[in-house]
Amino acid sequence: MTDILQVERLSAGYGPVPVLREVTLDVPTGTIAAVLGANGAGKTTLLRTLSGLLRPTGGRVRFDGEDLRGVPVERLVRRGLAHVPEGRGVVAELTVEENLRLGGLWRRDRADARRAQDEVYQLFEPLARRRRHAGHQLSGGERQMLALGRALIARPRLLLLDEPSLGLAPRVTAQIMALLRRLCDSSGLTVLLVEQNVRSALSVADQGVVMSLGRVVMATPAAQLRDDEQLRHAYLGF
Amino acid sequence: MDRFLFLTFDGLSTGAVYAAFALALVLIWRAARLVNFAQGAMAVATAYVGYAVVSATGSYWLGLGAAVLAGLALGALVERVLMRFVGHANPLNDVIVALGLVLLIQAVLGMVFGNEYRPTAVPFDTDALTVGGITAVSPYDLWVLGAVVVVVALLALLFTRTPIGLRMRASAFAPEVSRLLGVDVSRMLTLGWALAAAVGALAGMLVVPTGLGLHPHAMDLVFVIAFTAAVVGGLDSPAGAVVGGLLVGLILSYVTGYLGPDTTPLAILVLLLAVLLVRPGGLFSSVRARHV
Amino acid sequence: MTATRPTDVSRTDRPSGGPSPLRRLLPGPPGILAPGGSTLLRHLILAVLAGTLVVLLTNQLPPYQNLQVARVCAFLCVTAGYTVLVGLNGQLSLGHGALMATGAYTVALTRQAFDERAAQGRWVLPLALLLAVVVTAAAGLVIGLAAARLRGPYLAGVTLAVATLVPAITTIFTGVFNGEQGLRFPAETPPAFLGPYFQPERWLAWVALLAALTTMLLMANLVRSRFGRSLRAVRDDEVAARLAGIQVAGIQVAAFVVSAACAGLGGGVYAVLTATVAPGKFSLELSLFLLMAIVIGGLGSLAGAVWGAVLLVALQDLPSLLTETFTLPSGLAQRLEGNLALAVFGLILIVVMLAAPGGVQGVARRLTARLGPRRRAPRR
Repeated sequence: MTDILQVERLSAGYGPVPVLREVTLDVPTGTIAAVLGANGAGKTTLLRTLSGLLRPTGGRVRFDGEDLRGVPVERLVRRGLAHVPEGRGVVAELTVEENLRLGGLWRRDRADARRAQDEVYQLFEPLARRRRHAGHQLSGGERQMLALGRALIARPRLLLLDEPSLGLAPRVTAQIMALLRRLCDSSGLTVLLVEQNVRSALSVADQGVVMSLGRVVMATPAAQLRDDEQLRHAYLGF
Repeated sequence: MDRFLFLTFDGLSTGAVYAAFALALVLIWRAARLVNFAQGAMAVATAYVGYAVVSATGSYWLGLGAAVLAGLALGALVERVLMRFVGHANPLNDVIVALGLVLLIQAVLGMVFGNEYRPTAVPFDTDALTVGGITAVSPYDLWVLGAVVVVVALLALLFTRTPIGLRMRASAFAPEVSRLLGVDVSRMLTLGWALAAAVGALAGMLVVPTGLGLHPHAMDLVFVIAFTAAVVGGLDSPAGAVVGGLLVGLILSYVTGYLGPDTTPLAILVLLLAVLLVRPGGLFSSVRARHV
Repeated sequence: MTATRPTDVSRTDRPSGGPSPLRRLLPGPPGILAPGGSTLLRHLILAVLAGTLVVLLTNQLPPYQNLQVARVCAFLCVTAGYTVLVGLNGQLSLGHGALMATGAYTVALTRQAFDERAAQGRWVLPLALLLAVVVTAAAGLVIGLAAARLRGPYLAGVTLAVATLVPAITTIFTGVFNGEQGLRFPAETPPAFLGPYFQPERWLAWVALLAALTTMLLMANLVRSRFGRSLRAVRDDEVAARLAGIQVAGIQVAAFVVSAACAGLGGGVYAVLTATVAPGKFSLELSLFLLMAIVIGGLGSLAGAVWGAVLLVALQDLPSLLTETFTLPSGLAQRLEGNLALAVFGLILIVVMLAAPGGVQGVARRLTARLGPRRRAPRR
């Protein structure tokens, strides 16, 4: 199994303040990697650097073997990399339909884009019901579905998800996690998942990556983190 | 009653121009979060181009087309070459740079074309028609109203029904997210400026014949009025810009009609202050949540 | 929410712990002139020195150049107050041309009124100028109150509307202001004790110089005072300033009033120089010129205000310089006249904002910092 994502000694920061310090991690294709750690550990910054929103100060990112250096943010979705940012990024002023359409606009094949849109409506039935509603009229769970659906329309091969469970009821979180697992198993989607809700993340993840102060301090199979109490206490504090 | 009707139509006609201009301001505000203080000067420049074509070819319509095309080019140019390099940390920077651009454009126009007032050709009669004994509206006014209505409708269609319109709106509302979805936000910004300048160019061509003539400072006051209209409607709202423009046009028409033409700047100031102090968000203000 | 200032901080904005009480009481040149000495005394000495130098200069200059010195001083009154408002307080007003006009017309009307009543005397001019300051300050109060809640482009737009008012008001109240033709009033002549051959332009330069020095002195002290610090605090972070107990609205209005008073004085002096006022001289263009002057000179810097005033006068003379040096066809010459200055101004303004937002003073400061010894902590 090849690694769809290879991150080598990636460093980045905001101005003079370094946030990521030589982060190294590999994510095999078709798996879910959960990025965990305290606030300020650099998890969100990691995702933003991977998707190009933040320019790295050092290191390298390889996506499917290709170096992503210098690739503009706009072209990543074409290559199969989708990023659902912190806060979900549902465009509040646009309708559900428009948000989804936005996700597929880059595609040349309009018929295919429409098919993908129908698939998303099938996957997320509440969205289908609220097609014409504006983004700001949706509930938290619906917005998460919309953000996810919009990313999936692009049929990405790698999905970067930043705190999908934020503000969601436990039941909805569980549904989303289960969905992610299903997608990975059925279509070979790879997911890099940043989460504060460690338990639910670990329940579906294959790999657990713990970050602290900008570094990766532990990368191990998720099962180990789940089951080994000492390890869990040491790195995750519970 | 006669006078009132005349003033009403006249107000609507000038109001339509202000609406178009205010729309240009709103377009740029939504796309770039700044008020383009150079909008008036840019419109004058394109009007000079338009009328140069008119004198060269003898056709008003070619001139109009040329002005609009020049607007597209100028808007794109200003964004690409100038505005994107202005530090946005301080909101004053955009204004100051735009004002520098105003000085530059007006001066270059003066040097190339001279500062005299030039007479301008019009495609329709500017004298008011008399219908059934009532002096109401002139063919030119109808043309202005019609042109603006068509342009506003086209823009509305563009923004709500087309993919590129969707991209432009998304880029304005949520630039970062749009980039992640594959939208070239930077290009949409340039396009936004180009469209705004084209609309401004049209407005310029429509309004110049109604004034003293073509002249580098012809749009100075129009800019202030259009700014007022945009503020009245709410800088965030295109519909507000249109309504604001018509409203301001009407109000100014009545005020200057009954109180005298020199009262225009005073009336504008009072109106502007009134709106900003009572309802700063404008008539169509709505608190929008950005990302959710 | 934080609005960062557009440029470096003014030269007079050195962080100082304040002099020890003992130091303040001790006179003696080294103590006074050293940093930490009494601010007012230091500024007074500087003012006297500068004044003496310029007076000596005017002895050597022919009439036209003296008039130019006078014009620089008149503009300096305006730019000093203006740069404090825009640079230190962050309020972008585009209406200072109109405020200058207010001062100018006040002086004109006062002089005319006294002339009609055949009241003569040396005291008429100071009174007229004082009235100009008061009236323009009142205008500034009105604008300031109206604009206290406005920020950024909204404030700019409103003041832009104010700037367009001048020709309109002179036309509406033609009886008082005589519309486009403007007003004339008796010219200012040198006092008798200076002798019959004293160059009138030299006298005008002295009058303008006194006004400019007074303005600079007041502004310099204001900038260093608590009020000055409040101005900057409000500019940098309004919310934080409010939380620190600063009355933001009051500060905003006060800043407007102060800068308006300065503009009124400058406008009044400017009117005295030509003994005429007309709306054409106070057009929207003038307001933009003033803005350009303080930006290029260096926003927030009083030294920058000096550069700006010099620039304004120098560039006024540029077109005639050009047409004299090169022989141009008269049509072209006429078109270049005035417009060339505008074009150069506009271009410089754009370039400065993009490349050197600190203006001339910012560049000068960076150069001297590199040449001089390392001082204390880096500037804010």
